[in-house]
Amino acid sequence: MEYTLPQIASQVRRDIVQMVTAAASGHPGGSLSSTDFLTYLFFKEMNVTPETWRRNGFGLDQFFLSAGHISPVLYSLLARRGYFPVEELATFRRFGTRLQGHPSVEKGLPGVNQAAGSLGQGLSVGIGAALAKKMSGDPHTIFVLVGDGESEEGQIWEAAMSAAHYRVDNLVAMTDWNHQQIDGTTEDVAGLGDLRSKWEAFGWSVIEADGHDFGAIEDAFSRARSLKGRGKPVMILWHTEMGHGVDFMAGTCKWHGKNPSAEQCAEAMKQLEETMGDFAL
Amino acid sequence: MKEYIDTGKKDTRSGFGAGLAELGNTNDRVVALTADLKGSLKMDEFAAAHPERFFEVGIAEANMVGMAAGMAIAGYIPFIGTFANFATARVMDQIRQSVCYSKTNVKIAASHAGITLGEDGATHQTLEDIGIMRMLPEMVVINPCDYNQTKAATLAAAAWDGPVYLRFGRPGVPNFTPADQKFEIGKAIKLNEGDDVTIIATGHLVWEAIQAAKQLEDQGVTVDLIDIATIKPLDKDAVIASARKTGRVVVAEEHLIAGGLGEVVAGVLAATCPTPMRFVAIDDQFGQSGKPAELMAAYGLDAAHIVEAALSLR
Repeated sequence: MEYTLPQIASQVRRDIVQMVTAAASGHPGGSLSSTDFLTYLFFKEMNVTPETWRRNGFGLDQFFLSAGHISPVLYSLLARRGYFPVEELATFRRFGTRLQGHPSVEKGLPGVNQAAGSLGQGLSVGIGAALAKKMSGDPHTIFVLVGDGESEEGQIWEAAMSAAHYRVDNLVAMTDWNHQQIDGTTEDVAGLGDLRSKWEAFGWSVIEADGHDFGAIEDAFSRARSLKGRGKPVMILWHTEMGHGVDFMAGTCKWHGKNPSAEQCAEAMKQLEETMGDFAL
Repeated sequence: MKEYIDTGKKDTRSGFGAGLAELGNTNDRVVALTADLKGSLKMDEFAAAHPERFFEVGIAEANMVGMAAGMAIAGYIPFIGTFANFATARVMDQIRQSVCYSKTNVKIAASHAGITLGEDGATHQTLEDIGIMRMLPEMVVINPCDYNQTKAATLAAAAWDGPVYLRFGRPGVPNFTPADQKFEIGKAIKLNEGDDVTIIATGHLVWEAIQAAKQLEDQGVTVDLIDIATIKPLDKDAVIASARKTGRVVVAEEHLIAGGLGEVVAGVLAATCPTPMRFVAIDDQFGQSGKPAELMAAYGLDAAHIVEAALSLR
C-alpha cells in the first residue's frame, strides 16, 4: 500500500518517541523537528533505494547526517524506507545493536554513510563527497543536514567557505532551524543570528522554507534542484519547531535529549496517528 | 657492525613528495589536499601534474580532514598534508570520528614533526603526535627514518586499506636506506645483529642509533639494532626476540617519552619478558627555538646520549 507523506511522517514520529522511550535515552526534539523534510528527502527526492544504496554512493544521491544525535529520525526513515527490518528499531541504543546512540558505520547499518555525533564534521564530509562526484563525472547530488545549534561550530564555517571556493554546486546542505539547543534558545546561548545573511555572505544560494509544510518542502527541493550546476552550493534553511507533533515537547529545549516516561509516551501516541504499524517493542 | 653509507642529506618530507608524485602517475584514485602548506609538504610536483586531483583547502585543517573523509568514502585515496601539530592535536576529534571510527581510507601526511623543526619554536614542534595518533583505533602510525624509506612508506600507505599517519621532518638528514626498498607496514627492520644491548630507534634517531652502535662496538659492546618505522602496528615478535637475546633495551625517538615508541615497547615487554630499559626521548616538556642539531644535542637526542643510555644498562 502507498502511504502519503504525512502518513509516513506521523509513523516516523511515533517511532521516534517509542524508540527513545524504550531506550530510556536519546534525542526526540530535533528528530521531530526534522521529520517532515527528511521524510520528503528519503521518500521523494533522493534517487537512492535500499536496493541500490552503497556506501561509496557512485551513481546515486547521497545523504550525510552531520547532527548525529537525531539518529532516531534517521533510523526510522531508513527502516520505513526498507533499508532494514522495522523490528530492528526496538534495538536502538541497546548493547550489540547496529542502531548506535549516534550513527556509526562500524556494524554496517545499511543507509549510513558516515559516523556522526561529534558536531560540525558532516558538512566537510559532504563537500568531499560532492567533489569526488565531480572528479568521477557522477551527476548526482549530495545532501547534508546540520543542526542550527551545530552551526556554532567553527568547522561549519570553514566548510562554508570551502564549498563556495570550490563551487560545489552539486551539494544541497540543509539546516534544521528550530531555534533550540541543549541549554536554551540558539539566540540566548550563542547569538546564532541571521543564518540567511551569514550563508549568503559565505557565497551560498539560500532557500528558506517551512520545514513542516509538504507543499513548501516540495517547492524548496525543486528550487534547490534548479540551482544545481550554477556555480554555488545551496543551503535550505528549514523553519521548524523543536519537538513538532507532540504538544508537550514542542517549542522547547527541554526535550533535546530527554526520554519521555511511559505515561508521556502514551500521551504522545494519542497525538500521532499510527499509519504503517508500530514496531514491536 | 654493518656499514651504512650516507648518500647525501635529504629531508624526509621530500621523500613523501617523491612518493606522492609517483602515486599520482600510477594510481588515479590518489588525491592530495593541503592546508596552505603545499610547498612545505613537497606536494608541488603532484599538484602541477594533477591539478584536478589536488585541493588547496586553506588554513582550515578540520575541514580538510572531513573533505578527505568524504572523498575516501567515494573510493578515492586522499593524502592530507600539513605540519604535524596541525595534522594531529588540532584535528584529533575529526580524525577520530570522520576517519578512524568511520573507517575512511585517509592518509595523514605530517611534516615538520619533532624538535628538528628548529627555529619556529615550541608552538610548531610537536612532540606528542605519535602518542595522539597511536591511541586511535584503526590508525597505522609510520615514522620513517630517511628520504628513501619515506618514499617507500608513502607508496605502502597508498596500498594499505585504512587510515595511516605518516610522520616526516623538516631538515635534511642522512639518506642511507636502499633506494629500491619495498616498505612492509608492521615490519621491523634489523640494521645490525648483536648480543649485548638492543637499540630500537625510529625516525631521525635511526641514523644517530647507527652512529651509537659503531661507538659501542668500538668499546666491545655489540648492538642488536632495530629500525622501527611502523610504530603501530608494532612488530612485537622482533622486539621480544631481541629483548630476550640481549636483556637490555634502549629506545630512541624524537618525541616525548609519554605516548612514544618507548612506551609501546615497554608495554609489550612488560607483558612478555620484562627487560631493563632506557628512554632516549624528551621528558614532559616543550621545545624551544634553535638550530636542529643544537636542539637535538640540548634535549639529549643524539648518538652520544644513546651510547650513554646503553652503557648505563650494563
